Amino acid sequence: MEGQSVEELLAKAERDEAEKLQRITVHKELELEFDLGNLLASDRNPPTGLRHAGPTQEAELRALARDNTQLLINQLWQLPTDRVEEALVARLPEPTTRLPREKPVPRPRPLTRWQQFARLKGIRPKKKTNLVWDEGTGQWRRRWGYQRARDDTKEWLIEVPGNADPMEDQFAKRIQAKKERVAKNELNRLRNLARAHKMQLPSAAGMHPTGHQSKEELGRAMLVAKVSTASVGRFQERLPKEKAPRGSGKKRKFQPLFGDFAAEKKSQLEMLRIMNSKKPQLDVTRATNKQMREEDQEEAAKRRKMSQKGKRKGGRQGPGGKRKGGPPSQGGKRKGGLGGKMNSGRPGLSGKRKGGQHQGGKRRK
Amino acid sequence: MRPLTEEETRVMFEKIAKYIGENLQLLVDRPDGTYCFRLHNDRVYYVSEKILKLAANISGDKLVSLGTCFGKFTKTHKFRLHITALDYLAPYAKYKVWIKPGAEQSFLYGNHVLKSGLGRITENTSQYQGVVVYSMADIPLVGSHSIIKTTRTLCSFKT
Repeated sequence: MEGQSVEELLAKAERDEAEKLQRITVHKELELEFDLGNLLASDRNPPTGLRHAGPTQEAELRALARDNTQLLINQLWQLPTDRVEEALVARLPEPTTRLPREKPVPRPRPLTRWQQFARLKGIRPKKKTNLVWDEGTGQWRRRWGYQRARDDTKEWLIEVPGNADPMEDQFAKRIQAKKERVAKNELNRLRNLARAHKMQLPSAAGMHPTGHQSKEELGRAMLVAKVSTASVGRFQERLPKEKAPRGSGKKRKFQPLFGDFAAEKKSQLEMLRIMNSKKPQLDVTRATNKQMREEDQEEAAKRRKMSQKGKRKGGRQGPGGKRKGGPPSQGGKRKGGLGGKMNSGRPGLSGKRKGGQHQGGKRRK
Repeated sequence: MRPLTEEETRVMFEKIAKYIGENLQLLVDRPDGTYCFRLHNDRVYYVSEKILKLAANISGDKLVSLGTCFGKFTKTHKFRLHITALDYLAPYAKYKVWIKPGAEQSFLYGNHVLKSGLGRITENTSQYQGVVVYSMADIPLVGSHSIIKTTRTLCSFKT
């Protein structure tokens, strides 16, 4: 029994071993190509079982992936290893696959001004030695750069030339000349750079202090200087009588030419609606005129009745006739004068009348 | 060439509304196509979308005109209507004045129209109202367009 169990155990152990081996050994017709530097494994076996697509392919794809990964890991385990902070690390070899460019090829730079000139004239760069014999120090010094051979700013003795001012500082003069040369070189370099990138230099056009600048140039220089602060001129005070500069506002922005036509139409209709709503429905002048006209007519009718009642015996038609002619002409322009009787009872309406409160002056036309 | 700003649109609409009133929205919102106002060299053009797209291909300094010129903005940003707008304003005019053939020539040469030259007038025209002047053959005429006396005054003298 024990023997059997031992045999069984051994058999079981063997079977387990075989299984493990099975798991880690993968049989492929063609060997995979490995690029361990990039952790890359290329499988050239034709994928026979994967011709027809479908949901069942998932399992097969997964199996394929597992197999290939297993082979890659097997290769990795064969690499020389290091121990880094209690972790086992494999040292990868150099990658053999050449990866394509990440960024596009740089376009050729435009030639600098000197290069253009040299090309034109056919000037080739002469090969020069790096070191020159410096007589003064008795050493080989470099041609240019730090501690160069002939540095005229480092001379300890300068003869004053015959035509120069004896009080002039020749050393300072040389240092100044050097600074100017350096600045000029820097300017040219930046200009070349700007040309290469098709950018514009922040130009100081016409703003070099020459001592002979006109009023406009000085004004312009002053404006530029004012804006050249960290806050772009926001907190610069002006002199008491100085005027604000012209044309320093923001550039206006307009709607695009073919914007949304529907939106444009909608906003215009909205504007029209607002405009119409603001207009008063009641035309006040016409309303007041109408009111006045009606009252005038009533008054005239009343007067006629009174006169008719009073003068019935006399049988006079004159005033009656005149009065009949009255109302239509009263219906005309009211903006001129008023009847005297109109003043008293209606102060509210009088605001609209242009003639004011004349008593019997200009009557109805 | 650019679309009008809010301010400019308002000024222009106020001017046009003096003559055609609420019918202005019929100009803005047309059933037979999308028409829009565009500003070019201070002049306002009323142009259909199709023509606008074609005109956009012409450079600004070479473009003379597009669509119909309605008017222009003066240096002080006031809007002045031009006669080319008459074809669009006449059908929508609210108040119309017809003048007799005799007065027609005089009006065209810039003189005022007297009461005697007036043929017909829309009812309820108030004083100082903007009107469109027509000849007796219903042809809109060009000239200054403001009424000095109201309909009522004129009617009273007609008889």
